[in-house]
Amino acid sequence: MGDKPAGAIKKIQATGLMRKLMGAYFQDLDQAARTGDRKIAWCTSVGPAELLRSFGFLVYFPENHGAVLGSSRMAADLIPAANARGYSPDICSYLTSDVGSYLKQQTPLIQAFGMAGLPKADVLVYNTNQCRDVQDWLAFYRREWDVPLIGIDTQRGLGDITRDHLDGLVAQHKALIPTLEEISGRAFDLDRLKEVVASSYRCTLMWKKVLRLAAHKPSPITFFDGTIHMGPAVVLRGTPEAEQYYEVLIAELEQRIADGIAAVDEERHRYYWEGMPVWGKLRDHAELFAVQRACVVASTYCNSWIFEPLGCDDPFEGMARSYTELFIVRSEDFKERYLKTMFETYGIAGIIYHDAKTCPNNSNCRYGMPQRLTHETGVPYVTINGDLNDLRLYSEEQANTQFEALAEQLREGA
Amino acid sequence: MSASYCGVDIGASATKVVLVDADAAVLARVVRPSGVDYAAVARACLDEAVAMGGNGPSVTVSTGYGRSNVDFADETRTEIHCHGRGCFHAVGRAVTVVDIGGQDNKVISLDDQGKRLEFRMNRKCAAGTGAFIEEIALRLDLDVGELDALAAAAGKSVRLGSFCTVFSKTEILSHLRNGEPVEGIVRGAFESVVERIVEMDPLEGLVAATGGVVAHNPTIVEIIADRLGREVIVPEAPQFTGALGAALTARSLDTGHPDNGKG
Repeated sequence: MGDKPAGAIKKIQATGLMRKLMGAYFQDLDQAARTGDRKIAWCTSVGPAELLRSFGFLVYFPENHGAVLGSSRMAADLIPAANARGYSPDICSYLTSDVGSYLKQQTPLIQAFGMAGLPKADVLVYNTNQCRDVQDWLAFYRREWDVPLIGIDTQRGLGDITRDHLDGLVAQHKALIPTLEEISGRAFDLDRLKEVVASSYRCTLMWKKVLRLAAHKPSPITFFDGTIHMGPAVVLRGTPEAEQYYEVLIAELEQRIADGIAAVDEERHRYYWEGMPVWGKLRDHAELFAVQRACVVASTYCNSWIFEPLGCDDPFEGMARSYTELFIVRSEDFKERYLKTMFETYGIAGIIYHDAKTCPNNSNCRYGMPQRLTHETGVPYVTINGDLNDLRLYSEEQANTQFEALAEQLREGA
Repeated sequence: MSASYCGVDIGASATKVVLVDADAAVLARVVRPSGVDYAAVARACLDEAVAMGGNGPSVTVSTGYGRSNVDFADETRTEIHCHGRGCFHAVGRAVTVVDIGGQDNKVISLDDQGKRLEFRMNRKCAAGTGAFIEEIALRLDLDVGELDALAAAAGKSVRLGSFCTVFSKTEILSHLRNGEPVEGIVRGAFESVVERIVEMDPLEGLVAATGGVVAHNPTIVEIIADRLGREVIVPEAPQFTGALGAALTARSLDTGHPDNGKG
């Protein structure tokens, strides 16, 4: 058990390197925003970042900023400013936090990385594969800054993905090129795109390896660690820095396994987290589960940044498939098959569904899935009501009682 | 004197203490408002129970929202565990427990050995809980103790359509303005509570109702039974079911008696 008390969080040593990389990433953006020496593209977190990088854009991800605002617990102070401008408290709280941050000129990026503020975009690029809110989110900045807003409209709720779906998406990706050429001042370079996509692919394989190491019993990493260490896979994929980072992280986690070091001492219960993190409660949740000797070993969320089709020969085909074969884009039947495979892969004993009030597309408990899956697999579940960023929508007592009750139920059934 | 075991259930509205002996027979039951100093209220309840029941407990288990505030508790358990345990002790067969508390509702399914199969809690809002009923009483300028008799006597029910407690109170203003009878509005509020319960779970098999709301408002149990089209049983002293489950768990900790099942 070592000398740490139950519930102590074990720090991953690679965290220091990750912070350094993330710091450099934000400082590059700040430099570009201050001097205009490089063009900045704002992009949704799940594509099409590779295409933007191939034109030399620095890519900024507002969803990452949303998570930063949630983690720093600033969101509740910022959301009302967006609400007052007509953005409902019922829509994505990443959006309302971020818009509130812009309106109030408050962001942790200023203190953490010495940035002047949010790095102004030269172009705003979306993919609606996750939700429509991202499009409306970037449209706010289009109105503020009068910069182009372009994007890809992805069908959702897909079962089988057909050739027609993919052809349409490839065409939409290619249709972005003239605008990107004009703004970047560079001609499209297919070889450069292939290089970026290949780098992204290597990053994705390493990120997948990080997550699959959690299948080891006991797991060397928790979901809560994963939400932090996915940072480079989100904002730096397609760069050598992301690849270098995951080499370091993988080595550390493999060493943990070799040394018999578990992320949670005396791991008894292995859980799956379905839905968004409650960003402002990450540390509390990590500690609470550790006290219960429970390790949340896998999640839909962290696995949503694995883009294996990027490995195919045609980079456009790779992007189209990667950003459409995702869990969030798919039908309920696909999602259930996926989750059952994950439960088996990771030896899951209990499932936590987070019903995030302002994120319906990441709340997969709303159409009977928990009941159906538990009926089929026998794996018990709890559903907590909360939100990704708006802690006013989260009842801590009720959530904690449910977490405890799940652990009790597993102990009683043991 | 024989050993005794204590269960403390600190709920949002009331603190309940139950003492049982080595044979699981109830020695004392005490209830007080939870107030603001949970630890002091729990201690006062224990003192009163000991005065009634003979000797101090060998082991104490606490449950409910204030379970961590009981400084004399040896262990804690969730109210999910304790309500299930207490109810199964009374019923002794597979049962779905519906607990209507001051701040939340629980539905707990137990198999024929008392093992928990699954559980649900209400969503975070107060609709359908004791807090909702208290708010309605306040709006109608009634004491909560008057509500059950009014609901039972109502000739017809006045439907409250809103999920939200605040909106329901606004709805009541409109019903009063339209001359609807108070007893019909109270019955409508009770039916609203039941609506929130049946939305949580299909409530299959034998159903038992527990909790303070049920203890003080038996008409709610009748409404649940009407909705389900079958009998709903109520264990003895339903407000104390959680505290009884905690006391039985304390007994198990001391004696090695299985911490589920009957007794």
